[in-house]
Amino acid sequence: MTAQPRSLFDKVWDAHVVATRPDGQALLAIDRHFLHEGSFHAFGMIDHAGRKVRRPELTFAVADHYVPSHSRTKPIADPEIANMVTMLEANAGRHGLRHFGLHDPAQGIVHVLAPEQGLTLPGLTIVCGDSHTSTHGAFGALAFGIGATEVSHVLATQTLWQRRPKTMRITVDGLLGPHVTAKDLILAVIGAIGADGAAGHVIEYAGSAIRALSMEGRLTVCNMSIEAGARAGMIAPDDTTFSWIEGRHYAPKGALFDRAVEHWRTLPSDPGAVFDREVTLDAAAIAPSVTWGTSPETAVPVTAAVPDPGAEADPVRAGQMRKMLDYMGLTPGTPLEDVAIDRVFIGSCTNARLEDLRDAAAVLRGRRAVVPGLVVPGSVPVRRQAEAEGLDRVFIDAGLEWGEPGCSMCVGINGDLVPAGERCASTTNRNFPGRQGPNARTHLMSPAMAAAAAATGHLTDVRKLGAS
Amino acid sequence: MDPFVTLTAPAVPLDIANIDTDQLLPARFLKKPRSAGYGNFLFHDERKPVFPLDDPAYAGAAVLVTDRNFGCGSSREGAVYALVDAGFRCVVAPSFGDIFAANAAKNGLLTVTLPEETVATLRRQLQETPGATVTVDLPAQTLTGPDGSALPFAIDPFKKECLIEGLDDVALTLRHQDAIDSFDRADAAARPWLVPGGR
Ligand code: SF4
Repeated sequence: MTAQPRSLFDKVWDAHVVATRPDGQALLAIDRHFLHEGSFHAFGMIDHAGRKVRRPELTFAVADHYVPSHSRTKPIADPEIANMVTMLEANAGRHGLRHFGLHDPAQGIVHVLAPEQGLTLPGLTIVCGDSHTSTHGAFGALAFGIGATEVSHVLATQTLWQRRPKTMRITVDGLLGPHVTAKDLILAVIGAIGADGAAGHVIEYAGSAIRALSMEGRLTVCNMSIEAGARAGMIAPDDTTFSWIEGRHYAPKGALFDRAVEHWRTLPSDPGAVFDREVTLDAAAIAPSVTWGTSPETAVPVTAAVPDPGAEADPVRAGQMRKMLDYMGLTPGTPLEDVAIDRVFIGSCTNARLEDLRDAAAVLRGRRAVVPGLVVPGSVPVRRQAEAEGLDRVFIDAGLEWGEPGCSMCVGINGDLVPAGERCASTTNRNFPGRQGPNARTHLMSPAMAAAAAATGHLTDVRKLGAS
Repeated sequence: MDPFVTLTAPAVPLDIANIDTDQLLPARFLKKPRSAGYGNFLFHDERKPVFPLDDPAYAGAAVLVTDRNFGCGSSREGAVYALVDAGFRCVVAPSFGDIFAANAAKNGLLTVTLPEETVATLRRQLQETPGATVTVDLPAQTLTGPDGSALPFAIDPFKKECLIEGLDDVALTLRHQDAIDSFDRADAAARPWLVPGGR
């Protein structure tokens, strides 16, 4: 008798079910729990109930959301912001957790740091009180964001009640064109299925274009799964994954690594595995993309024009388009390449890894930025390596600022805001109203596209500009 | 948390799709303690120049009827605190962000998913008769609109039970302590690389 073919998701899920209720709810064992400054509500809940952290050795605290992007030698000026950073340290200390603080040589955005330190591994269940936890699925882990009450539940029990989600396979075959990146690929996916297109589903990304991506590219793709409404995104682990992990600080070593790899090789979906939904995209048809509205689903090729609500048959939808265009200050029919920008931001858990900075620097080398901009590496190790390669000089010589690692202008809560009314070319993941600051206007794009926009002062097809 | 059983209250319509948690609770309020009263931060930056929630005709609304993908985006539970602290007990939409819906259930806020056209009709009725009430009966899983039609809705049985009883998840989980302990023991043998070692 042959076993029922199972998907990558099925295998990871099945291996973590501790108990099942008659109504189908499953109690899932959690292998990694990451915390950031926003975890104070959850610590408050377990402290209030007098509960302890069940598995401190699987729990890691990272300062990223509130850390300053500028000087780290002086104390943080804003007392409320400083309090967020010190409160995390105090909570982690009291519960005996490894804490990656402001001055830690590994510090960075949690979704950059954890893979880099070898904490993210294939086949794990990973949660964090942050929706972009989906990032870690790039390693073939089941990783998803949770809220504060769930964080307190995981702290206390190292488990989580979940209903088995549906599955969706997104297959992207073919070759991405020149200057078309993982960011363009995921923007095209979200543009195709919508911001709630994968709600209630775990996505598996498959196909030759996905397999050809580096780990950095895969992390970018899985990162934005949540912008399509997905619970999580996953990519089958392969040799690219294993060689990326080998030798990292917390990764298994020697014979233990070999044993782990042997297990990880059993994780990819079996031939014939069934998914609740299948979507296919042709990599060759994907262009460098930008968003025009206030939802990531408004991603279009940069060669397109601002759409016309007048052409939309549904009056409610047309009204919503008008509201977005009004917020974004755009006129229907304007070619997107004619839209002038006020600043650029290159950073975030989507696009602040070494490959991203190399891509942006390749466009900016020997050029000047005509608008102000901020480049914030995803972690201290990324920053160090970028400096070793001279990338910081490229950005600084172009007139951009070179910041200290953290979330920075992606969400603006450390004080790095896009001023009201300004238009920002951003490598981040969310263009929601007010996301980068009250009344800030965000256009999402790849690092190379943001660099091209910096050099010209307007949205630009990087293919016309070229990289050095 | 406060149990949710039945509710009859005015409902406010909001014709906006993809309302994300950044709009519900702007990020700069995330550092506030819950005691600050999150209700004042709800839709803080959206209330310009006219916003249905500020319309006196909808005063006392405890139900929000809106468009698809409500609560998408960031996992901030503060978005739910803001709704609850502002007096909301139920949100009706064609679809929800998964994390938002999970957070809502943990805080006694019921999320009701109904078909897109049904929700659009409800919103239209509420616009035509501002201040009209709806009745939500969770045990019966029905929502009765201003026109008196009872609309059945589906809900996860576990979520329903937790809402009706106001259950604390952790207490429930600790009943499975033995299963968790034996899972951990078996897993430690099967995946000895699980606990990070470091150099
Ligand atoms: S970089 Fe942005 S999206 Fe990523 S974790 Fe930080 S705030 Fe969230």
